[in-house]
Amino acid sequence: MADAEQTNDPTKSKVGESILTDLVLSSIRVRKWIDFAFMVVGLLALLFSLITLLALILDLVRTGGPRVSWDFFTSFPSRKAMKAGILSAWVGSLCVMAVTSLCAIPLGIAAGLYLEEYSKKNWITTFIELNIVNLAGVPSITFGLMALGIFVYGLGMGQSILTAGLTLGLLVLPIVIVTTREAIRSVPNSIREASFALGSSKWQMVRHHILPYSSGGILTGVIISLSRAIGETAPLITIGALTFIAFLPPSPVNETFPFVNFQWLTEPFTVLPIQMFNWVSRPEKEFHVNAAATGLILLMMTLVMNGIAIYIRYRFRRKLKW
Amino acid sequence: MNLSLKMSCARVKQDLNFWMVSLIAVSIVGLASGAMAQVRKTIKLDGSSTVQPLSLALAEKFQETKKGAVVLTVATSGTGGGFKKFCRGESDIQNASRPIQSKGKTGEKSEMDSCKEGKIDYIEIPVAYDAIVVAVNPKNKFLSEITIADLKKIWAPGADGKPSAIKTWQDVNPKWPAKEIKLFGAGSDSGTFDYFTEAIVGTAKSSRKDYTPAEDDNVLVNGISTEENSMGYIPFAYYSANKDKLKALAIIGGEKSQMKDKGVLPDPKAIETGAYYPLSRPVFIYVSTMAMKRPEVKEFVDYYISNVAETAKEENYVALPAEAYKLGQERVGQTKTGTIFGGHSEVGLSIVDLLKKENKM
Repeated sequence: MADAEQTNDPTKSKVGESILTDLVLSSIRVRKWIDFAFMVVGLLALLFSLITLLALILDLVRTGGPRVSWDFFTSFPSRKAMKAGILSAWVGSLCVMAVTSLCAIPLGIAAGLYLEEYSKKNWITTFIELNIVNLAGVPSITFGLMALGIFVYGLGMGQSILTAGLTLGLLVLPIVIVTTREAIRSVPNSIREASFALGSSKWQMVRHHILPYSSGGILTGVIISLSRAIGETAPLITIGALTFIAFLPPSPVNETFPFVNFQWLTEPFTVLPIQMFNWVSRPEKEFHVNAAATGLILLMMTLVMNGIAIYIRYRFRRKLKW
Repeated sequence: MNLSLKMSCARVKQDLNFWMVSLIAVSIVGLASGAMAQVRKTIKLDGSSTVQPLSLALAEKFQETKKGAVVLTVATSGTGGGFKKFCRGESDIQNASRPIQSKGKTGEKSEMDSCKEGKIDYIEIPVAYDAIVVAVNPKNKFLSEITIADLKKIWAPGADGKPSAIKTWQDVNPKWPAKEIKLFGAGSDSGTFDYFTEAIVGTAKSSRKDYTPAEDDNVLVNGISTEENSMGYIPFAYYSANKDKLKALAIIGGEKSQMKDKGVLPDPKAIETGAYYPLSRPVFIYVSTMAMKRPEVKEFVDYYISNVAETAKEENYVALPAEAYKLGQERVGQTKTGTIFGGHSEVGLSIVDLLKKENKM
């Protein structure tokens, strides 16, 4: 429009000018209106998702909130809804998460580092990269089926905490790899060159520069992937997680030598989302209240984990300046 | 020169530290997969979600009396899914809402064959009665009882096809309104589905396909209570918990029924006497004889049989008469294996029939 104004301006008559001003003004008005309309659409989109989330949380708080108490955390599931708690479920979730982190974090970071810093860029690595990104989007139940075939039957690990942890570990591994690579990529090349210029080896460069500078991003990715794993139900149901379990795995620490034991890894388990799923499918309404309370706790856990991720990212961003 | 050497030494040390940490981490994982030993006595239950509340309650009580010396786990893979695991020896006790079957789904091995293949012998113990309730929306005013013939018309496999399609209430009975019926029923892995189809259609697993199936009975309860022209079938416990949202239909059993042409509503008494024909059914536990050799399993089964009558009432099941439990106990004592049903559900079996069958053995 602005160009049109300049080229079509040979007539210097007052009438022409006023018509042009009107034109310009109206075009500005139209643009402002479009601008406003877009803002409204954006705001509505935001409100829609926010209100949905809020309604969900409010509903959970209203039905499940009164049920959340200290006793709810410290009692086992039971036939009596009012006596039932989530002790075995949250301990199970914790144990499974421990195995998942031990499996996914070292593997994921090492793989990401290798792909970003060491590997040559050729068609094989491109192919591998493409597959990792694809793997991150594979439905979780597929991992459950694979785990049932390989871990449960193939390797005879049974329906244990170890199986569940490894399954969820494999599930989030691609996410850890992808976020690690992104974090490493954000370290400027000049840092690498400076490190080489001082005579460091590649490993020294990675160890003293790349890893510390990218650890904020890596940690964020790790926590976000773990908060995804904690809510997973489908793969665990596929490998045959239990719906009722009223005991805890044996403690990993004991008084006699060698003080640590790993028997807990072979124990049967249940996790929070499965406990919730089981209560939802009970006929009595009192159990549905328990399910809502479990959902609330699960939601809080995810919220806290994501909060920690955001905080870490914020701290590292503030510390690093180049 | 000396200084730079020292510095590089420090570097190497730092790197070594880092390596040590990672080495320890790796060895922990290694040890973890190495040390695998079972110490605690565990009894594994699996199977029907319909029987689960009953077995769960008994498992919990038993575990309380043993004070942690024996622990029990209860999974819910459904009657069909549970039998698969049971016949592979993966569970000790199987909860079943119908007897073990001699015929499998097309292309699959039957449950009895897979148990034979897995070398699993089992003792069959009927533990309680459950009923299947045919329910409609409470707003439905024209329907309060229904005959088996009409139910068969609605649920038979042909009803979704072109020639004799049953789409509206009027298609079933000309006196009923011409409104489309919304059907809700059990998913095909469930024992409820097997029993309902056998009792109503005549052959297990033969049903129309165009209804809303769900393994989770609460989904069915919600569906029936929100759709005005709905009909569905659910286990008795789910009806008892939702009496305000559902309307149960009285079933007219016809010639074979005790009540002939009188409609019978599902209530504990009618279920116990067999008057609620043909939709009341016994539920079972199957115990593997291999597991039974373990003293804790034997003890739990004894505990189960002697306490199930009381627990059944608490959990909305109907208890069998005392004599049935005595006979069940005898079967355990004599390790009588096999099924008394010949591989399919016996429709409309009253407790008297069941006892006669057991006595014949």
